[in-house]
Amino acid sequence: MSASLATVSYLGATILFILCLGGLSNQETARRGNLYGMIGMTIAVLATVFGPRVATLGLPWIVGAMVIGGAIGVYLARVVKMTQMPELVAFMHSLVGLAACLVGFASYIDTSIAFTGAEKAIHEIEIYVGILIGAVTFSGSVIAFGKLSGKIGGKPMLLPGRHFINLIGLLIVIYFGYAFLHAETVDAGMLPLIVMTVVALLFGIHMVMAIGGADMPVVVSMLNSYSGWAAAATGFMLSNDLLIVTGALVGSSGAILSYIMCSAMNRNFISVIAGGFGSDGGSPAPKAAGAAAEPVGEVSPILAAETAEMLRDAKNVVIVPGYGMAVAQAQHTVFEITSYLREKGVNVRFAIHPVAGRMPGHMNVLLAEAKVPYDIVMEMDEINEDFPETDVVMVIGANDIVNPAAQEDPASPIAGMPVLEVWKARTSIVMKRSMASGYAGVDNPLFYKDNNRMLFGDAKKMLDEVLVSLKA
Amino acid sequence: MSLLIGVPREVFSGEKRVATVPEVVEKLIKLGFRVTVETGAGDLANCSDDAYRAAGAEIAENAAKLWSGADIIFKVRAPSDEEVALMREGCTLISFIWPAQNPELMQKLAAKKVTVLAIDALPRQLSRAQKMDALTSQAGVAGYRAVIEAANGFGRFFNGQITAAGKVPPAKVFIAGAGVAGLAAIGTAAGLGAIVRANDTRAEVADQVKSLGGEFVKVDYEEEGSGGGGYAKVMSEGFQQAQREMYAKQAREVDIIITTALIPGKPAPKLITAEMVQSMKPGSVIVDMAAEQGGNCELTVPGEAVVRHGVTIIGYTDLVSRLAKQSSTLYASNLFRLTEELCKTKDGLINVNFEDDAIRGLTVIKDGEITWPAPAPKIPAAAAKPAAVAPVAKKSSHGHGEPSEPMSAKSMAIMFAVAGALFWLVGAFAPAAFLGHFTVFVLACFIGYMVVWNVKPALHTPLMSVTNAVSSIIAIGALVQIAPPEVGSVARPDEVIRWLAIGSIVLATINMFGGFAVTQRMLEMFRK
Repeated sequence: MSASLATVSYLGATILFILCLGGLSNQETARRGNLYGMIGMTIAVLATVFGPRVATLGLPWIVGAMVIGGAIGVYLARVVKMTQMPELVAFMHSLVGLAACLVGFASYIDTSIAFTGAEKAIHEIEIYVGILIGAVTFSGSVIAFGKLSGKIGGKPMLLPGRHFINLIGLLIVIYFGYAFLHAETVDAGMLPLIVMTVVALLFGIHMVMAIGGADMPVVVSMLNSYSGWAAAATGFMLSNDLLIVTGALVGSSGAILSYIMCSAMNRNFISVIAGGFGSDGGSPAPKAAGAAAEPVGEVSPILAAETAEMLRDAKNVVIVPGYGMAVAQAQHTVFEITSYLREKGVNVRFAIHPVAGRMPGHMNVLLAEAKVPYDIVMEMDEINEDFPETDVVMVIGANDIVNPAAQEDPASPIAGMPVLEVWKARTSIVMKRSMASGYAGVDNPLFYKDNNRMLFGDAKKMLDEVLVSLKA
Repeated sequence: MSLLIGVPREVFSGEKRVATVPEVVEKLIKLGFRVTVETGAGDLANCSDDAYRAAGAEIAENAAKLWSGADIIFKVRAPSDEEVALMREGCTLISFIWPAQNPELMQKLAAKKVTVLAIDALPRQLSRAQKMDALTSQAGVAGYRAVIEAANGFGRFFNGQITAAGKVPPAKVFIAGAGVAGLAAIGTAAGLGAIVRANDTRAEVADQVKSLGGEFVKVDYEEEGSGGGGYAKVMSEGFQQAQREMYAKQAREVDIIITTALIPGKPAPKLITAEMVQSMKPGSVIVDMAAEQGGNCELTVPGEAVVRHGVTIIGYTDLVSRLAKQSSTLYASNLFRLTEELCKTKDGLINVNFEDDAIRGLTVIKDGEITWPAPAPKIPAAAAKPAAVAPVAKKSSHGHGEPSEPMSAKSMAIMFAVAGALFWLVGAFAPAAFLGHFTVFVLACFIGYMVVWNVKPALHTPLMSVTNAVSSIIAIGALVQIAPPEVGSVARPDEVIRWLAIGSIVLATINMFGGFAVTQRMLEMFRK
């Protein structure tokens, strides 16, 4: 295959990738979008393998490596549970990061590509930056994976003077970058490169360790973005436009997702994308020295049988799922209750907060897995106006996303965060294990409202009981 | 020393309610208060002296003893002159007062140097105040009872039935005015199986009517009828003409009319004329809930049920007392919630705290000084709309899936300045080859932004897994390194590079296959 043919193939692949992302914007076209992605990827790989840059003697190695990787990938995709999707995604981000590092190192020691002057400097900067981003993505994603799968505690780890530590890391990276650019030989450049890689790895670990469980949607989409930038940097390094375009597509897609997640939590985009979860950000907000009003009133508990009674009498029911539903694996029972009520003519809908769960869109995937039709699954903006006409709202394992303090109490640490206005419904039922406060460490005045009832216990067990009483 | 709450028997003729019930007495005692009830106070509401005693209350044998001992008096109706005379200086009265309608009573109470909390003066627009809103709870009872009275006076079933002998059509009910009482009536009538229609000059209540199973009948005339504060206002002549036509049409069609139209401080609007009554089917029923203010129907006789032109017109003014147990229980709960607010320390003492908007609004006399009307409460931004009105749709613009708001000129200028500087730097120092890639990179970022911005939140997870798969394009980087064609004689550390490249290819292909496969799996689950 000639160089021009390969370039044209790359162009075709690029268009297919754009169509792929565009197709994913809508349920109707999503499957086709995914197909475009696969075709694009196939074209890109074939054009490269049979292109002018790969000699035939490399083929066995390539095929071997791809078979191994492909087999592992397909196996993982088959066995993963939908509740584990966030872990899988984080794991895959780490692979991209690591691959970017390896490609960077290989490119550096590759003596067959020789540049001089400004081109050499640019090439070396590209390698340096590429490895930097790759290493941060890798270690950050590994930690995110650990946190999401529960291997590392979800609590944020805050080192004293962590911004200072990050600053020192940055200075070290810049200093060694200077040393790296002025290294005469490959061997001399190796030391600064390795030091930088280690610093970048530590920075990635430190950045994600400082972030708590409920901020994971932001982190996951941020790492998604970083993995794209890593690919783009690799593209610069290798002068490959396909890599640049694709990396930029992925990078900006991840950045937009992070932005959406941030605005859903009322956080500052810049401070998150830079990895700097500032004092206003991810840490469990310190109780604002008594400034936040303590909710007053009594909590009214309710039994599963009474819940079933209320659901049976209702005309409009909204279900608000949260991470608790995923943990309890309760989505299938939720679906059974939903379909039972719908058969009885009750209008049941779901309200999804953008940051419900541990990654963007997590709840939608869980509900889809449980066969809940997607046209009754509503976004926050679509359904917030309907709560006053809703008879019963069931909040399953969610807390901060339904906290009225975000709107009513300017002193609250989550003030200004958009929330689902469930308290406007005639009755809300909150299913929770205990009265413990949510991730943000803020007490929830919803629990004390007159029209709120608490159904204490494990979400799955309680919902099973509700279902039994419904059918009785 | 904890304070003593006194509950006298209501002396107003026909009043059957009582200001507290035994269940609430227990709760009040838990708050630290002592409670005395006048003997026989709850008899008409099915609350015996024994029940009060069992709940922990003392029974006072006559009104004089009760009034002289109590620190706080709970009442339903505004006190009569005799009752005012019995009051002890310095005590607190909680009751319906209607200060605007009863200026003389206000003067007398002020002269007694007492504190008066008028439950009707509650700032209802505070969402926190809803639990104390006795006007709403009592209006709800009245609306329910109005339907029961209508059913009682009506000679047929409410719900349609198919009997062995043939079909019975459902009753048609028209409800004029969809305030609290009107909505309660709609719900009750719909619950009994009738076809319910309702009208209100405030168009925003249409959804509430529908939510209760009613049908909203519009007046064929454009005018906004909200008079502010959740009440209706007087409408223009053109509107009233159209409204009369609509009522006349409904009168011919329906079996039961329930009217609830009130305009504060004015006589009730005459909605149903004598001709309309005449046009109704014989055996029809009108329940005029505005009878006390003169009635919405021209033929209403306040306090009585009369038959005119074959139509039963019910003008009872004591609908709430006709459900005394229920209305007393609700009223008692409202007063209990108020007491909780007054006694946050739970030690049986009250604090009439003027910093509290709800309590400030309620307090019409403090220690003999008239403090009515209260200044408008500081309403928190989130609760800007009165609770009695349908909340106006508020679109929060946190804007994904739709164009974001335009940036401010200042941040726009800063952005352009920064971008300009960066572009200048790149243009000034970078070699030509880099510029080509840079162009591609920047354009691709924009395409990514345009394409992804419209993604539905429901598809965020599949989007992430597919971008994940796509980012495995990094494999290309490794592929071109693994075995490049020979380029001259430069020594190249082939072995090391090969293993590094193989490693990257494995990692990237895990991603490639895994990412696409899992996306496919997820997308197949999404179904309508």
